[in-house]
Amino acid sequence: MSNLKTDRKIDYSKMHVSEEVAIQINQMNKWYGQFHVLRDIDLTVQRGERIVIAGPSGSGKSTLIRCINRLEEHQQGQIIVDGTELTSDLKNIDKIRSEVGMCFQHFNLFPHLTILENCTLAPIWVRNTPKKEAEEIAMHFLEKVKIPEQANKYPGMLSGGQQQRVAIARSLCMKPRIMLFDEPTSALDPEMIKEVLDTMIELAEEGMTMLCVTHEMGFAREVANRVIFMDAGQIVEQNEPEEFFNNPQSERTKLFLSQILGH
Amino acid sequence: MSFTKELIPQSPPPASVRTKPLDLIRKRLFGSIGSAVSSILILYLLVRFVPPILNWLIFSADWVGSSRDDCTSGGACWAVITARFRLFVVGFYPAEDVWRVWIVLALLPVALAFALVEKIPFRRYGLIFAGLYPLIAALLLAGGLGLPEVATSKWGGLLLTLVCGLTGIVVSLPLGVILALGRRSNLPAISSLCVIFIEFVRGVPLITILFMSSVMLPLFLPPGTTMDQMVRALVGISLFASAYMAEVIRSGLQSIPAGQYEAANALGLSYWQSMRLIILPQALKIVIPGIVSTFISLFKDTSLVLIIGLYDLLGIANATITDTKWIGLSNEVYVFTALVYWVFCFSMSRYSLFLEDKLHRGHKN
Ligand SMILES: Nc1ncnc2c1ncn2[C@@H]1O[C@H](COP(=O)(O)OP(=O)(O)OP(=O)(O)O)[C@@H](O)[C@H]1O
Ligand SMILES: [Mg+2]
Repeated sequence: MSNLKTDRKIDYSKMHVSEEVAIQINQMNKWYGQFHVLRDIDLTVQRGERIVIAGPSGSGKSTLIRCINRLEEHQQGQIIVDGTELTSDLKNIDKIRSEVGMCFQHFNLFPHLTILENCTLAPIWVRNTPKKEAEEIAMHFLEKVKIPEQANKYPGMLSGGQQQRVAIARSLCMKPRIMLFDEPTSALDPEMIKEVLDTMIELAEEGMTMLCVTHEMGFAREVANRVIFMDAGQIVEQNEPEEFFNNPQSERTKLFLSQILGH
Repeated sequence: MSFTKELIPQSPPPASVRTKPLDLIRKRLFGSIGSAVSSILILYLLVRFVPPILNWLIFSADWVGSSRDDCTSGGACWAVITARFRLFVVGFYPAEDVWRVWIVLALLPVALAFALVEKIPFRRYGLIFAGLYPLIAALLLAGGLGLPEVATSKWGGLLLTLVCGLTGIVVSLPLGVILALGRRSNLPAISSLCVIFIEFVRGVPLITILFMSSVMLPLFLPPGTTMDQMVRALVGISLFASAYMAEVIRSGLQSIPAGQYEAANALGLSYWQSMRLIILPQALKIVIPGIVSTFISLFKDTSLVLIIGLYDLLGIANATITDTKWIGLSNEVYVFTALVYWVFCFSMSRYSLFLEDKLHRGHKN
């Protein structure tokens, strides 16, 4: 049973996981005030891994991936991204943010800038890329996500699926080594989910390291090499997709799967 | 995208849409009993009041003369304005140097045009000129570099009003942005400093601020140094306007969704970069009406400098009314003063509408 919402043939040839560690999280804890939102998180992500994070609402999935690029601050433990530890040192934070791309549920494009300007902004200001070169890079990635013809429009004129693909292109323009996705398809109509998933699959096929919070279990099955199940701020279970879906270990995972897959 | 349909030729609208002007009047003004009654009433009031007003204002007005005794035709005595025109415009600025004021006033629309109109030829150089305009104006007006000095106590009239209003506008916008950002800062020292300043200034009337800046500011200066009375007023006005501007801008900052900050952060933009490139352009656009309202009230509030002994447009107006030669001509003097204020405030209001409209058309969201 694969309910991947796209009929694309996936090319697995370049999707290998290397020994090199991309993200290392040790005994990480986070609180919102008194509320213990992430508890004793241990997670190692190797370069080239495609990880899907699943779990019920409020379990801390978004918070976890937002800690990886310091949109949220953790209070205990270690997060090491590409060999750089996230501390309050601003230099490290900037370095990590420029290497980690992120896509949001609501795209968060900059509405006052054109699609092209959205894509060239960070390369120009963060990487000091000359404008012309930044535009070439932007057009390259806009072609990759199949909307080069929209380059001079404003985000408000695009459909949700197009906006999310622009958001992906915008992240890619920074040439990140890791991509974080926080429910990239949850705000989209069914027919647009496919076009965004296609773009994400294409990224995976090129060997991008991806952490993806999503309810697209078809995507998890076909593309991920590991599924992580979170509940109440903890990583309850993690496994290869086949094992995860067919042979869940904990009761909570079983309950979650039965709800989400409708068994 | 495969439309093969022929373009339909344009056709005239059906007869019911095309109305003759006379029909239009009948329909709009006398369409129902209610509108007929109100139309007649308004027409009556117009006929009753407009001719006498025009008569007073123009037809039987006296335009020249050297005292109110020269006004004999029963209409407005505009002689008071024409005879004291220079006083109204430049105050007591010395006659032999007044050409410097004319240059400054003539360059003002040029600088404004370069600063405000986007599609103007040579804008790149024009912007540099607009940026330098305040310095050029200050040099010409106050003197220096070989030009004889003119003490600011001699400046007055519309000139002083413009100096106060434009300085307030030019200073309060950036200062307001900084105060608004400071108020939202994560650093408690900075945010509380900004809150104290903003709430203090907003809690007292401008007159108090003007008094304080004119009396108390010198106390903080090192002994021996003096500060020009007008400069003190400018400091007071600018600080006062900044506090209001800060709150207007803060409301704009608050309306920007958190996702915009997050996306900017996630891309690796620094705090100042994300403010300058992402947050402020959106926030300022939203609050243009509020910013312009603040400018307009600031422009009118400058008339309070009268209290600390400066003769701005209203100051000259008041002095004129009590002048023995022109005593009692308050109608003419105030109508004229109001008209001058109105022209400036109305222009600002129109520019704000134009800007909103333009930004709205630029990118719908
Ligand atoms: N800024 C915040 N302040 C306080 N509590 C927060 C904050 N953000 C999130 N929370 C709480 O932390 C918990 C985890 O939130 P999080 O957004 O990570 O959940 P999630 O697993 O992503 O859920 P969903 O599937 O609904 O997106 C939730 O209970 C939420 O209410
Ligand atoms: Mg979430």
